[in-house]
Amino acid sequence: MRAFEGLRFRKVSSPIHRLDPRAKFIGSFIVFSVAVLFTELMPLIALFLLQVPIILAAKVVKQWLESLRGALFLSGMIFVMNLFVGYALLYSAAMSFRFLTLVASFSWFFLTTSPDDLGLALERSRVPYELCFAFTTAVRFVPVLADEAQTIIDAQRSRGLELDRGDILKRIRNYIPILIPLIVNAIRRSLELAEAMESRAFGSEAERTSLHVLEMRTFDYVFIILAVVLLFVALYVRFFIPFQWII
Amino acid sequence: MIEVDKVSYAYSSGTVALKEVSLKIQRGEFVAIMGENGAGKTTLIKHLNGLFKPTKGSVTIDDVDTRERSVAELSRKVGLVFQNPDHQLFSETVEEEIAFGLVNFGYDPETVKRRTVWALNLLDLKRYRDSSPFMLSGGERKRVALASVLAWNPEYIVLDEPTIGQDQMQKDRLRELIIQLNTQGRTVIIVSHDIEFVADCAPRVVLMSQGGIIADGPASTILTDYGKVLAASLVRPQITQLFQSLSDLGLSGNIIDLYEAERLLVELIKGDKL
Ligand SMILES: Nc1ncnc2c1ncn2[C@@H]1O[C@H](COP(=O)(O)OP(=O)(O)O)[C@@H](O)[C@H]1O
Ligand SMILES: [Mg+2]
Repeated sequence: MRAFEGLRFRKVSSPIHRLDPRAKFIGSFIVFSVAVLFTELMPLIALFLLQVPIILAAKVVKQWLESLRGALFLSGMIFVMNLFVGYALLYSAAMSFRFLTLVASFSWFFLTTSPDDLGLALERSRVPYELCFAFTTAVRFVPVLADEAQTIIDAQRSRGLELDRGDILKRIRNYIPILIPLIVNAIRRSLELAEAMESRAFGSEAERTSLHVLEMRTFDYVFIILAVVLLFVALYVRFFIPFQWII
Repeated sequence: MIEVDKVSYAYSSGTVALKEVSLKIQRGEFVAIMGENGAGKTTLIKHLNGLFKPTKGSVTIDDVDTRERSVAELSRKVGLVFQNPDHQLFSETVEEEIAFGLVNFGYDPETVKRRTVWALNLLDLKRYRDSSPFMLSGGERKRVALASVLAWNPEYIVLDEPTIGQDQMQKDRLRELIIQLNTQGRTVIIVSHDIEFVADCAPRVVLMSQGGIIADGPASTILTDYGKVLAASLVRPQITQLFQSLSDLGLSGNIIDLYEAERLLVELIKGDKL
């Protein structure tokens, strides 16, 4: 549950939060793609450091570090696995660092983009409204479900359930008293939500209007241009600079 | 004895839910913890069976620090019933639901059977024995949750908001049950917003506000104190309000009991006639 904290949107007033979600998506996606282009440590470290100013400007350093800490275990696994199957030390380090860079780009995108903005952006990209709505609702309910799961665990432990007792099969079975109430409540809640939405005329008109309308501003274009420049620089380095010059 | 000593608790989000709370509850007492939404009542009672360990301070149950025991060990002594039954019901039948705790604690099949039947009867659930708990009404689900904890007969019984979703008849029955358990020597702690219900039970009242205890004493003193009750975002019981606004007639200001109110009024009216 802790790892999710590092992806959970919180309302903060910062230039990055105010960026258009589409601009942020392009930025985050380009970082992602560039990370996939390289298997060398140096460019990956540079890419990682390039994101630090964004995090600082967005004032989400703490949550971002939290998400990285969550990823550290998997990153360590990747390192060990690569070494284990016989790759070089430097390559293994690069692979595990690549994973961290990917998580970092994901993390700042989700930390600074509200589910509502994300939904709006999807809508503007002509994704059917029902799908956008399903998506934003799902994202919004993740923290609610996480809290509820914790309360259910507390309630069952109060009735003597010990999750980490018994052999592996017993341990899996121990989760049944947690999962059933969680699923039943989620279904119940979704049915109630559907009724409440229909009572407020959800889906009655084919054309919807929006309370907030997305508009690209100068800063959004600047951000996109910087990201595209990064992409071209990365492509240039990748394909026109000899391999041995990059470590 | 339950001893909460200068307990502070902060959630990982940073919210400080308890600030240096100290509270002693003797065996056999009946205590109601009251206070506004978010006062920290649920956070406090989750400390009593070790679900939460204090960030600062300590909680001891019969001289054992909760840090030194598992939740399962402590729960055997301190039965905690959560506010929302839907956070725990999962079994196919009401009977299995009630037996869940007994099985976890490793009672022999004979005892499990006997105690389950006892709890079914205690909460008037016998006819639902083979029903699915999900098919019951809100009030009934709440009673199943209560039965599933009372089943192992814990010495300390802690109930979070037991009256929510219950109609007046069920509340009356619940009150009788709580008082019956208390007279049989169980320590009962309830968390409640329901001032009329608490006034009817007349327990010791602990008022909480913003993570601290702001008043502690007998119901007739605390619930009739305008300022203290207001500080916990509550209103005095209706009968108290009536008697206090009629204080010019020489009526006592700390009445919470209907029968006593009736006696005093009859006395007053008869006195006037003479
Ligand atoms: N899981 C949680 N994470 C973060 N904060 C919480 C959590 N649960 C409760 N709180 C906060 O702690 C405070 C006390 O909550 P709680 O003990 O539930 O109050 P009460 O039961 O008196 O209504 C509130 O401010 C609440 O928002
Ligand atoms: Mg509560």
